[in-house]
Amino acid sequence: MTSTKHTAPLSDVQLRVKAIESLLGEKGLVNQQTLDAFIDYFENKVGPHNGAQVVARAWADPGYKEWLLKDGSAAIADLGFAGLEGNYMLVKESTPTVHNMVVCTLCSCYPWTTLGLPPVWYKSAPYRARAVRDPRGLLKEFGVTLADDVELRVWDSNAELRYLVLPMRPAGTDGMSEQELAGLVTRDSMIGTAVIEPLER
Amino acid sequence: MNGMHDLDGMDNFGPVVREGNEPVFHADWEGAIAAHTYAMGVAGYFIVDESRRAVEWMAPADYLTSSYYEKWLYALETLLLEKDVLTKEELDTGKSLREEGGFTLPPLSVETARLAMANGIPLRLDLDISPRFKPGDRIFARNINPTHHTRLPRYIRGKRGVIEQDHGVFPFPDTVAHGEPDRPQHVYSVRFGARELWGDDAPAKDSIHIDLFDDYMDPLDQAQESD
Repeated sequence: MTSTKHTAPLSDVQLRVKAIESLLGEKGLVNQQTLDAFIDYFENKVGPHNGAQVVARAWADPGYKEWLLKDGSAAIADLGFAGLEGNYMLVKESTPTVHNMVVCTLCSCYPWTTLGLPPVWYKSAPYRARAVRDPRGLLKEFGVTLADDVELRVWDSNAELRYLVLPMRPAGTDGMSEQELAGLVTRDSMIGTAVIEPLER
Repeated sequence: MNGMHDLDGMDNFGPVVREGNEPVFHADWEGAIAAHTYAMGVAGYFIVDESRRAVEWMAPADYLTSSYYEKWLYALETLLLEKDVLTKEELDTGKSLREEGGFTLPPLSVETARLAMANGIPLRLDLDISPRFKPGDRIFARNINPTHHTRLPRYIRGKRGVIEQDHGVFPFPDTVAHGEPDRPQHVYSVRFGARELWGDDAPAKDSIHIDLFDDYMDPLDQAQESD
């Protein structure tokens, strides 16, 4: 595979990647179909569109929500979103009095099956350092101002448990279908760095 | 180890820069590294803890100036050399220089890969190991500075917290990241008050919750409490 997205000649990094690709290919240690399947999985199969369905179901179905908060792994698997980095899921509900936010200070742990691969900012030093030290200041930069009487819980996912935030259902969404609700759910609201604004009707 | 990865609540990294409509991969080589890492990892060459450990061994200045997938590339090169899959000369030249020798496993088939994608990689161990703590217990995170891989970050060490939930038994990252026995033990969600971690300027109600292994903690007894 060669990159066409960056300027030629190949960078040092691209040459190093090419070396690994050609060596493992030549020695028969990787299978091209397998590599293609992983890229398809990362690019298309996993992503926040999956998490949005989980959230919408929880908003629409109190029984599902109860299950989701009690046994996140099983309830999420039930919608077909089991898989890599999704075996041990914990779902944390944000309410008018509690706001939840997720980080991995040591690396980039993230619930792949529901949110996909993490965005660059989630893996970056400024987010990882500040999310535990100054989460309210960070949230303010993200456009979320928490009232002083709201309790903020930051979840540092440093082991094999993965965290998904169940954001508050916005006002003005009564009577919406699950599919319509899913369309309102943003990736950042499931990380806890955004809230979903009320709908004006 | 006290590596650059353990950012420890540091200041002055600048604002968090977010990209609109961010692609999953910013260049083909990023996807290639992710795919090769998983194809080799699921095939059995290495586990995720080894991968993390390899990244953490980057020199601090390199760690901070490398992009995320440059770190993955560094880790993959490190592990392929360490496991004797490839030689340094091969990586340097991109040419296959030995016909025989070297550690090899059957290539991961697309069917097995799809099973991993569908089911994940279960790590929780069904072992009858008694937990050292139960929800509600007050604990003291050990003040340790191991030179090996650990998932006990510096900002937690020596701090007092409360056990919230027992997640069951998992392999111990500190050992398995170095190919040592898995020393299975319980992992718990532990709550630390923001003030316990960052002092009295932190909001009184806020908290940090982190998942800690038995070996990272001691019970908080009366003596420690009155210190």
